[in-house]
Amino acid sequence: MIRLERVTKIFGTITAVDRVDMDVPTGAVCVLLGPSGCGKTTTMKMINRLIPPTSGKIFIDGRDTAGIDEVTLRRSIGYVIQQIGLFPNKTVEENICTVPDLLGWDRRKSRARAADLLSLVNLDPAIFLKRYPKELSGGQQQRVGVVRALAADPPVLLMDEPFGAIDPINREVIQDEFMKIQAELKKTVVFVSHDIDEAVKMASHIAIFREGRLIQYDTPDTILATPADSFVADFVGGDRTLKRLRLIKVSQAMMKEPPRVVGEDTLETAVARMREHGHGSIVMVGPRGRARGMIRLDEAQDKKGVVSEHVVPLPGVIHVDDDLRNAVSMMFSHGATWLACVDDDGFYTGYVTQRGITQLLGASDRD
Amino acid sequence: MAASLASAAKLLVVLGVFALGAFLQSRGVLPGILRHWSDVVYLARQHIELVAISGSIAALIGVPLGIVLTRGVVRPYADAITQIVNLGTTIPTLAILALAMSVLGIGSPPAIFGLVVLTLLPIVLNTIAGLRMVPAHLIEAARGMGMTGTQILLTVELPNALFVILAGLRTALAINVGTVPLAFLIGGGGLGELIFTGIDLMEPTMLLAGAIPTAVLAIVIDFLVGQCQFWLIPRGVNPLR
Repeated sequence: MIRLERVTKIFGTITAVDRVDMDVPTGAVCVLLGPSGCGKTTTMKMINRLIPPTSGKIFIDGRDTAGIDEVTLRRSIGYVIQQIGLFPNKTVEENICTVPDLLGWDRRKSRARAADLLSLVNLDPAIFLKRYPKELSGGQQQRVGVVRALAADPPVLLMDEPFGAIDPINREVIQDEFMKIQAELKKTVVFVSHDIDEAVKMASHIAIFREGRLIQYDTPDTILATPADSFVADFVGGDRTLKRLRLIKVSQAMMKEPPRVVGEDTLETAVARMREHGHGSIVMVGPRGRARGMIRLDEAQDKKGVVSEHVVPLPGVIHVDDDLRNAVSMMFSHGATWLACVDDDGFYTGYVTQRGITQLLGASDRD
Repeated sequence: MAASLASAAKLLVVLGVFALGAFLQSRGVLPGILRHWSDVVYLARQHIELVAISGSIAALIGVPLGIVLTRGVVRPYADAITQIVNLGTTIPTLAILALAMSVLGIGSPPAIFGLVVLTLLPIVLNTIAGLRMVPAHLIEAARGMGMTGTQILLTVELPNALFVILAGLRTALAINVGTVPLAFLIGGGGLGELIFTGIDLMEPTMLLAGAIPTAVLAIVIDFLVGQCQFWLIPRGVNPLR
């Protein structure tokens, strides 16, 4: 969707961006990451020609942007900046409709769209449409900022540290909201950030810049698992393996089709099943398969009776769509080495173990 | 409590005005001023005309000049050019009027010229200051969304600078109203005729018949521009509401 070919920008004697090649596929969220002054913002601003490239070519949807009138080009690209930049003299509605108005859309259509978009970011149109930016909190302003960029439904979005000035709690919320919107609209997003955690959370691709050069361009997991050089390794942090936990879902690390017992089974059956799998404990499920509790091998082996009489609570239950970071956190807080995994309906579908997670991370680390 | 204090203050002002009126009446000043009433009306009209014409010309030159001075190529020279405009304020008003008279002759044209030169500076300076105060990121956002330079000026920069620009116009008009009496000295008319004749004839009531309407005029014009500031400027960028 967006392709950069040997793009270079020279300011006087300083080479801000040095022969960058990049290809951002349609629907990707590409985070440009690096320390300040590394050329990431310059690279982004060359895409909508706020900064003209010194040499090299930039293609959007196969068209060379140098051949498109810059005003037309920019109206077809959503733009969000860190300072938000809502026009204080205009209401929220007028702000959102800026680009549709520039494009000469029908007023009724653009105003209706403004209301729809506002509800998309959980702001009540009845309350907020007629407000002025100064009457909004920082978080609300940036929601409007994002929505304004989406107003004319551009296929490409450029975001310059959009959530950098928002307090950490609100930032998480807005990031989640944006991810939800993005999952639905599937825009091609180029996103400048200096926050590795934000990048890992949002990105489908991460591009790491240093002194104007693109050092590594890959998926977040690959960058965290196999940094190209010591600079990237330092930049993503010593805890990069922990950061990877966030990228992996429980369902990917889970052992599927686990052994199980029901309440009416005898303890002998349970012990036999544990021995068969080499497990120290086994999960008891209800009649329809919901995880109810567990039996420990060391407590069950010399006793008689049925499972339901000896069942103890599970150490912890985690949803299959949670990420491994939450799973590991739950293991540590419960002092458990494994967790039962359940789906949306609470059905027992598998289990994750500390050893399993370690092996998974180790395996792809060595790849 | 605050409301009752405010209404008490209003009552005091009204009583004060009445007392002043009664005092002036008893000293014979008020009848003296009213004797000049037809002159006052005629000259006040001339006065307002001079203010309106010179003020409009100054605004029509000053605001565009201020805008031009903040645009691309001229921007670095803005300070040098405002210094030239500044000369108009540093030269004594009487000297400007005398100079204008020696070129343009006697009557209202030299008076208007002098007044324009004098009132230009606050308008230009405030236009520049107002436009410079518009945050750079607003302009970047506007550019990034694909506005042209003219669209940015008209829909982003000017609305956000309007409060400061109008404040400049307010200052300019206050100076203007107070300076118009000098126009009488070069035959420009206005309430200065009563003031200076009153001085020459050592007749204080005549002087007051010129001075009081001038002061009232200044207050009224200031109030009107203030109302413009309040109502014309969008609520989002209006510090008054």
